[in-house]
Amino acid sequence: MIEAQAVTVRAGRRVLLDDVSFTAQTGAVTGIVGPNGSGKTTLLRALVRAAPLSSGRIVLDGDDLRIRPRRWIARHVAEVGQRSEPDPSLRVVDEVSLGGLAEHGVLRSGGAAFDDRVADALDAVELSHRAFDRLSTLSGGELQRVALARALAQGASHVLLDEPTNHLDIRHRLEIVALLRRIAPTVLIVLHDLDLAAEVCDHVVVLHRGRVAGAGRPAELFRPPLLDAVYDVTTHAHPGPDGRARLSFSLPSPLPLSSSHEKESA
Amino acid sequence: MIAALASAAIITALVAVSIGPVPIAPSAVVGIITDGLFSTGHGDWSDSAQQIVWGTRLPRVAMALVAGAVLAVSGAMLQALVRNSLADPYLLGLNSGASTGVALVVLVIGGGSALLFSGAALAGAIGAVLLVLMLAGVANRRGPLRLVLAGLAVGYALNATTSFLVFSSDSPEAARSVLFWLLGSLAAVQPLALAAAAVSAVIGISILLVIAPMIDALASGDDSARSAGIDPERTRIALMVGVSAMVGVTVAAVGGVGFIGLVVPHLARRLAGGRHRVVLPISALLGAILLVAADTVARTAFAPQEIPVGVITGIIGAPFLLLLLRTPSSSIHAS
Repeated sequence: MIEAQAVTVRAGRRVLLDDVSFTAQTGAVTGIVGPNGSGKTTLLRALVRAAPLSSGRIVLDGDDLRIRPRRWIARHVAEVGQRSEPDPSLRVVDEVSLGGLAEHGVLRSGGAAFDDRVADALDAVELSHRAFDRLSTLSGGELQRVALARALAQGASHVLLDEPTNHLDIRHRLEIVALLRRIAPTVLIVLHDLDLAAEVCDHVVVLHRGRVAGAGRPAELFRPPLLDAVYDVTTHAHPGPDGRARLSFSLPSPLPLSSSHEKESA
Repeated sequence: MIAALASAAIITALVAVSIGPVPIAPSAVVGIITDGLFSTGHGDWSDSAQQIVWGTRLPRVAMALVAGAVLAVSGAMLQALVRNSLADPYLLGLNSGASTGVALVVLVIGGGSALLFSGAALAGAIGAVLLVLMLAGVANRRGPLRLVLAGLAVGYALNATTSFLVFSSDSPEAARSVLFWLLGSLAAVQPLALAAAAVSAVIGISILLVIAPMIDALASGDDSARSAGIDPERTRIALMVGVSAMVGVTVAAVGGVGFIGLVVPHLARRLAGGRHRVVLPISALLGAILLVAADTVARTAFAPQEIPVGVITGIIGAPFLLLLLRTPSSSIHAS
């Protein structure tokens, strides 16, 4: 369980996160959505102590993050960044094995048990056949899956993902989505695609200008008044084939040159 | 591969010691060295050969081994730390600081001993790195780019200062000694400088080998580093300062030998992949071999006239770098 309690993050005079509180429950996938610049990535960075808090605190299963050493944090929280640009001369298996460094340190290897974990992680993202290839030979989507495998090998009870499906084709996107439930007990995921968020998340936090604009189950939260206000668009909800509503959006007042344009969210 | 390269380094060093105006057979070189170390007894070599080996050639070759290893290892380190394949050991203005220090001593005091030059170079190098760190703001959270920019700015400013100092003096002798420092030379190896460089190299490279997996994580990006329980910003700065100190001692001894720190790490990554526990020792050995060979050419090609070793490493290094960049890169962030 991750609890953010009145978290405020400043960069100089700018306030990036303003009194943000939410809880990501164990056993649930919690989504963070919001427009560009609403503070989503800053929030993830704050959760791994990469962005210092001006005030508030972050509590992980009852432990205040500030008083814990970095190696402790790394054993409990794994992160998968938005763009993965690892050292291209490393092999896939080397990069995934970095996930065990916090656990066994620089002097010892993880042993057979950890090697199994690395193999399982590569299996889970379907990259076993490329384990000994250099990262320079992988595509953007494959690199994204390597980053996921590293997080899996880390064996952390909390996983934070920033737009993990960005570079993935449809099939691998579906696979990652299927994997989300098994990746860790507590999953926190930043997403742009609201339909995808509605599909994979149990609970969603909507950020707007560094503040929490709403939180709750996606079906209740993703309604026109809130989304119209946060994204400055007109939201339309259509019933989907499975009964769940699908969203589409248009600009609020037709602009002269793009009056008939409808902007899809994805 | 490490064993093969280590043997190659020893053979290159022995051959380098045997080459010179007075040729000494490699077998005699081995005899002279073992006799000197373990008193194994005098063989059929002349006393003058013994004097040449212990007095001039061996210290010079040893210095080349140490300096080559240090430059290559620190080049690999800086490329990993700033995640840029064009980084070299002088990224933080260290080289420019050293030459400004020497220029000041030469031109203000009007000369001095080799040891004084080394001291001035070391002081200049440390000053430059401190200035860069101060300008970049040690506590900044913007990643390595600001450090690189501050290093460039300080480097240019110090180079301009050095040029001005040289230009404003009318002593061609002074200008030549500053130039020699800028290009690097192993012509006058001070025993004290050699000892300091060797000790700092052994300590520095040993520490780096122990923490090598942390360097892998840093080279792979901030999220990889945090996943490994490392604070990327602080660790990066700490390692940069440590590596710069090691290079500073070497630059104080031999001047700013170029290209080894830029080219050798690329070759090592090509051969050995990306894990620094392998990349660093291979870089060290390749750097040592390359600098010993280059210095041997520098002192013999136009004998008795000697050319700065930096000229030779540049002539070998530049086309070599182009060759490496032609083939699909597997080095760090070749973009």
